[in-house]
Amino acid sequence: MKARIPALVSLVTVAAVLSILPFVLGDYNISLAAQVGIFFIAVLGLDILTGYTGQISIGHGAFMAIGGYTTAVMSRDHDTNLVLTMLVAFAICFVVGLVVGLPALRLSGVYLALVTFALAVSVPLLPLKWSSYLGGRDGVQASHEVSNLWLYGVAWAASAILFVLAWLILRGRAGRAFRAVRDSEIAAVASGIELPVYKTLAFGISAAYAGVAGSLFVLANNGFAAPDEFGIVLSLQILIGAAVAGLGSLWGVLAGAAFVGLLPSISSSVPVIGSAHGRDVVFGAAVILVMLLLPGGFASLVAWLRRFGRA
Amino acid sequence: MTALLELDDVEARYGPVHVLHGISLAVEEGSVVTVLGPNGAGKTTTLRAVSGTVRRSGRIRLGGRPIDRLGPDGVARLGVAHVPEGRGTFSELTVWENLRLGAYTRRGSIQPELERVFSYFPWLSERRRQQAGTLSGGEQQMLALARAFVHRPRLLLLDEPSLGLAPVLVAELFRIVRELNEKEGLTVLVVEQNAHLALQAADAGYVLEAGRVALSGTSAELRADDSVRRSYLGD
Amino acid sequence: MAAAATSRLESLRNRGAAFGGAPFVGLILVAVAAGLVVGSLRSATFAQLTVQGLALGAVYGILALALVLVYRATRVINFAQGELAMATTYVAYQLIQWGLSYWEAFFATLAIALVLGTVLELALIRPVLHRSAIAAVIVTVGLFVLIDGIVNWIWGGDFKSMPSPFGTKIYHVGGVSIARLYVGMFVVVIIAVLLVWALFRFTKVGLGMRAAALRPAEAAFVGVRVEWMLAIGWGLAALLGAVAGLMTEPSQFLLEPTLMQPILVYAFAAAVLGGLESPAGAVIGGLAIGVALNLVVQYVPAITSELQTPFAFAVILAVLLIKPTGLFGHREVRRV
Repeated sequence: MKARIPALVSLVTVAAVLSILPFVLGDYNISLAAQVGIFFIAVLGLDILTGYTGQISIGHGAFMAIGGYTTAVMSRDHDTNLVLTMLVAFAICFVVGLVVGLPALRLSGVYLALVTFALAVSVPLLPLKWSSYLGGRDGVQASHEVSNLWLYGVAWAASAILFVLAWLILRGRAGRAFRAVRDSEIAAVASGIELPVYKTLAFGISAAYAGVAGSLFVLANNGFAAPDEFGIVLSLQILIGAAVAGLGSLWGVLAGAAFVGLLPSISSSVPVIGSAHGRDVVFGAAVILVMLLLPGGFASLVAWLRRFGRA
Repeated sequence: MTALLELDDVEARYGPVHVLHGISLAVEEGSVVTVLGPNGAGKTTTLRAVSGTVRRSGRIRLGGRPIDRLGPDGVARLGVAHVPEGRGTFSELTVWENLRLGAYTRRGSIQPELERVFSYFPWLSERRRQQAGTLSGGEQQMLALARAFVHRPRLLLLDEPSLGLAPVLVAELFRIVRELNEKEGLTVLVVEQNAHLALQAADAGYVLEAGRVALSGTSAELRADDSVRRSYLGD
Repeated sequence: MAAAATSRLESLRNRGAAFGGAPFVGLILVAVAAGLVVGSLRSATFAQLTVQGLALGAVYGILALALVLVYRATRVINFAQGELAMATTYVAYQLIQWGLSYWEAFFATLAIALVLGTVLELALIRPVLHRSAIAAVIVTVGLFVLIDGIVNWIWGGDFKSMPSPFGTKIYHVGGVSIARLYVGMFVVVIIAVLLVWALFRFTKVGLGMRAAALRPAEAAFVGVRVEWMLAIGWGLAALLGAVAGLMTEPSQFLLEPTLMQPILVYAFAAAVLGGLESPAGAVIGGLAIGVALNLVVQYVPAITSELQTPFAFAVILAVLLIKPTGLFGHREVRRV
């Protein structure tokens, strides 16, 4: 995500398309577009973590749960302004991300994946224990209701803001540190970069992003937050979105978010197999195919096209 | 005597890096042939080309039969044993298991082969259950040789056997190789840094430089050659 | 402050590493076993929970063993291991519907699982492994979703019932009720584990597989078909998973698609506890987790049965912080 003219053109194109869409699409499709926006934020966050510091997380659904519950509870109990709840979710998840990121320093690859997997399965179950405050199995119902248009607008506005934020971070000192860590931890340490600080920071940022996505996710779900809504599949979807996205490309993240946000809904109408299960079959098969054909994700396709264009 | 192994214009590469640029050599059945040359000349790669553990092109024949399309298991099955640089022992497995692996491609009982191996390396028999990684460097090299021999190969490929070994052990090693060659008729192709030792043990040799054959001849011829004496024998 | 925290973690870890000697671990196990025996003698409930815990734990252990097998062979964590086990259990169900007896279906399913696992590795994992480790993991994630969808599509999500191989008989030993089911589960799993162990230890193929997993380059030199060996490793793992699924089903009394999902988490905990590279560790870890879960839920009021999965997570986290290589592991777990 560097500041080159072509990249700027991409940004402007995307922004233009997004502004026009609400006037063109029907309500149902607007809700789908909003969903893509929500996943965009989550995938972007994970992309920063995995792509730039090479730490795998299969637990970002847990951060979404925290963000989502934050919004639901604040709305239920204090009728707080929704955007404000999103900011709070951002902050809370940032801190939680830092807390998780600290022990994560000690773990590499497989082991980190396992821990985050366990996180993804366990955190959503916590409300079952504190059911008086967090609603237990029945969940928490926010007192606000929002329209699909509102969701669309806020989701993509947040996406834009967070994208620019990410761009600024990655361009600056932190970004250079992240890239150094990804390319070679040993070299990074040798050049004096404080590994623990940056790796933990990356975790915090990506968790914060997931938190915001979680807030929107709950709002898109009629304001309902419950353990069943945040199953392991959610974390897997974000991971898949990041893998499909590949690294460091706006179009990649868009493709990843669209893949995860749209494919399940579109494949509901698969003939023969039938709705709910057709979704899983198509989605699972599509994921496998994409990984077999494009292990570097969509970004590698973009990079290949760019090179092709230049030659 | 016919050539057991023939290489004809063989090229080999590691990814984009070409290491062999058209090697042609022949190893007579029942002889010991050595490959000499400076570091990076492609000596190890030549052996790997024969055993199929590197990408190669060109013609390679074993006993008249082309093997250049075969993978390592195919080549092993035809009676080629390759002792790589660094010995290739399985440190985590026992001595016995290492030996057993040597004869992996053989069907049926390997008892007679084991007896024969133990007659050459009696001390191995006592150390069967010992973990191979706990053997000394010299012992591991002997184990590697033993493992190759369990296979009852027609052709033995030896890569830098003297590396990291004390001179006494190296002498012993070459003595055994010569004995295997004379008593069992084992054909040997050995890559060796120590030209002195190699030319003593071998019947003939090839000198490689930058992926090509620079010189060839009987070991007597090579020992008399001026450039060889200067570069490799330190005269 | 971060530095202080990490250095404290470091010292904890160093102490953990110092304690990692096999004799020390053996001592712990003996102490635990003794504790279990004493507790069982004093309380019938304790005894029952321990027996049930051992039976369930055996299942966790065999699934953990499958995970370890796959990891040792291809360095991949197969997130679909549980779903694969579930799917093969459904295959058994279908075979029984078509008229086979339970045990005929059992062994047929094991054979099918062996083939299925091998084919999956060759078709889906092998092509991706070379290019990207993460991509291979994503493929297993995709498999998770795909298998789930396929099973739901073919058989539907409602509960199915399978005949129980062990009946409903309950033994009474000195005031303690022990269901024949739990004895059966334990015995079947242990037999399967022993057979696989024997395969690896005593056969040429097993040796070839170990060599291929340990040192693929050197194995190629002696003529081992490394790619095939790794694929068969996956096949064996799928077979073990099938045993896990077939033994889990009777303990839940009903068959439905989410059968193996919690089991997978416990299996992960067991594999981590035992050490991801240690087959023995996986099995022992499984037994430990099984018993621990049962006893903790009973005797620690704060931890109710809904908190079993978070408890397993806490175990994983604790192990990874104190001794990442697990009770029986050797190799280093983190870079730098």
